[in-house]
Amino acid sequence: MAEYQNIFTRVQIRAPAYEGVTLPRGTWIRQGTPFFNHLFGRFGDAQIGPFYLGTTGLLSLLSGFIAFEIIGLNMLASVNWNFIQFIRLLPWLALEPPAPSNGLHIPRLQDGGWWLMAGFFLTSSVLLWWLRMYRRARALGMGTHVAWAFAAAIWLMLVLGIIRPVLMGSFGEAVPFGIFPHLDWVAAFSLRYGNLFYNPFHCLSIAFLYGSALLFAMHGGTILAVSRYGGEREIEQILDRGTAAERAALFWRWTMGFNATFESIHRWAWWFAVLCPLTGGIGILLTGTVVDNWYLWAVKHHVAPIYPQVFPTVIDPATLPGAPK
Amino acid sequence: MTSQRVDVSGRGRAATGACGAPWLIIGLAAVSLLAGCERPPIESKQGGFRGTGMDTLINPRSDAVTAVKNEIPDALPAASADGPLASTVYQNVEVLKDLSVGQFTRVMLAMNQWVAPKDQACNYCHGANMASDDKYTKVVARRMLQMVRHLNTDWKDHVGATGVTCYTCHRGNAVPQNVWFESPSESKGKGFAAANADLFSPQATIGHTSLPYDPYTEYFLGDAQIRVISDNALPGTDDKTIQHTEITYALMTSMSTSLGVNCTYCHNSRSFAVWDSSTPKRTTAWYGIRMVRDLNVAYLKPLTATFPSHRLGVLGDVAKVNCATCHQGVFKPLYGISMAKDYPELQGVIAHEVPGAAPAAAPTATVAPASAAPVADKALTATRVAQR
Repeated sequence: MAEYQNIFTRVQIRAPAYEGVTLPRGTWIRQGTPFFNHLFGRFGDAQIGPFYLGTTGLLSLLSGFIAFEIIGLNMLASVNWNFIQFIRLLPWLALEPPAPSNGLHIPRLQDGGWWLMAGFFLTSSVLLWWLRMYRRARALGMGTHVAWAFAAAIWLMLVLGIIRPVLMGSFGEAVPFGIFPHLDWVAAFSLRYGNLFYNPFHCLSIAFLYGSALLFAMHGGTILAVSRYGGEREIEQILDRGTAAERAALFWRWTMGFNATFESIHRWAWWFAVLCPLTGGIGILLTGTVVDNWYLWAVKHHVAPIYPQVFPTVIDPATLPGAPK
Repeated sequence: MTSQRVDVSGRGRAATGACGAPWLIIGLAAVSLLAGCERPPIESKQGGFRGTGMDTLINPRSDAVTAVKNEIPDALPAASADGPLASTVYQNVEVLKDLSVGQFTRVMLAMNQWVAPKDQACNYCHGANMASDDKYTKVVARRMLQMVRHLNTDWKDHVGATGVTCYTCHRGNAVPQNVWFESPSESKGKGFAAANADLFSPQATIGHTSLPYDPYTEYFLGDAQIRVISDNALPGTDDKTIQHTEITYALMTSMSTSLGVNCTYCHNSRSFAVWDSSTPKRTTAWYGIRMVRDLNVAYLKPLTATFPSHRLGVLGDVAKVNCATCHQGVFKPLYGISMAKDYPELQGVIAHEVPGAAPAAAPTATVAPASAAPVADKALTATRVAQR
């Protein structure tokens, strides 16, 4: 059992490949002969395949590829089709949304039309993948929890990319495609709207983000710690609580006075993860639409504390008589 | 169960036996990720109220390097204000009319030391006929002298009592090392593939970000509105966009890089917009922005036709100033050591008790006080007109 005390799975049991449950009629068949890979087995399951693509999966990959190509070729065009410069400057390259003056009109391709098109195909790709995830879960007779968790992330993406820009009346409010450009956009977004840290939904989102990491560490740590008593067989432990579950529960009651159960910890984790982008999306949606300066909003509602004055009083020089422009 | 087999490959153990190789590679790769970082210890100095992050970060090692670069040359021996005026002795003296011959010569020697290339010295600006305006460098130098006096007289809001000399920017170079030109914003690609990317290479001046890399044309030549943050909690009063914010952010990043400070040197960490909890430095910087604009518009741009083409930018524009031109990575140019106090000749027009007549009986000429600024300004305007 000490073999589990390692980053990698060190003992790999090989059985004939598992083909999976019988699928309902009308779906595609699974493709390919399953095979085993030792390296994959070190991190997860060594069995690869059979694969299931399906109509939604195929269309999703196609849409994603189109979006990827539009973004990549536009970046390549921006360095005059020079591959070396493309590689060198890749983190700085961008496909920018239309200018703010464009409003919600459909611009020419070179004026942001490509951005709109890339956004359309990327959104299609993500939504089709969501549908595939939902339908695969149903086909296996599972619940659809994973699909709904994914939907929470899609919500945040759509708020940033289309819902908020439409409410603001300008595609120019949306995020550019690009590695550094989208990061600089985030910084500029927070600056323009008076410091996003004072946005209570941003606070909630951060709490759920850090909370997710904390729960993940607590849960992962607990299960690994009781794996020597069979604790990693969580389902058995849920149905028929054994010494692993008892010890894990007692550990947390001793250390923090309260414990989740082998089942409820997964509900905790799922909700924390889902609420992170859900609240984050609400925070973004409110920014610029109903609140223009989060710091002043927080001062107005006594959220931001008033600190003692440390520096001599500073007056805006632009308000002084005879000040230069 | 016969088909099952247990694959205890033992590869894991072999790797542990051979030990370190993979871990060494992973370790080296991890260390190489830190290549762009400055090594600790970094000193931090608390500025504002505790917990508000108003800290100044100091790297003593890079500071030591900067300190060497910012050592000031020894001042030339002071010259007496007594004696005949340079304008009565020399021909074609347009700006330094108020100086004695001794003071005038001292300024010329100082410029020799601070600006002219060592192998050319006086010849950099003057021909055989010292009074001739044939060399463009002399015409530029005259205008720059006016500029220095203008700075020391009219921009005390920014330069304070410290003042500036030629050396503040030039540092022994004929052209200051930190100047800027307008950048061509050419469209790459053709037709519907045209991408208006302003990117040539990541610019150190804007901290290697992907922000617009030329914030100067709009803010240091034009007077575009820098403020982008709304004055009200609720929307409806401010139509500034994210794109607008990015240019402002680029300008601020450039100022931060130029001064070797971070945002909280001037701004409050909680709200970059509000003034009442900003540091007093922000006021100085506010005047600095207006000062740079004034210099570019009134002094440098009009010299465009004077410069030969090899001194101009790709768009045929003149070299212009920004914060880095004087500051050169330091919060106060030359760490705030005043060279100008040793050079009353550069402080502004020196008032003589009996102007234009024989030297005054007073033992020393006095530097024009701030109240004399309008007079100095008038004198400058007069010479400016005369020059055109």
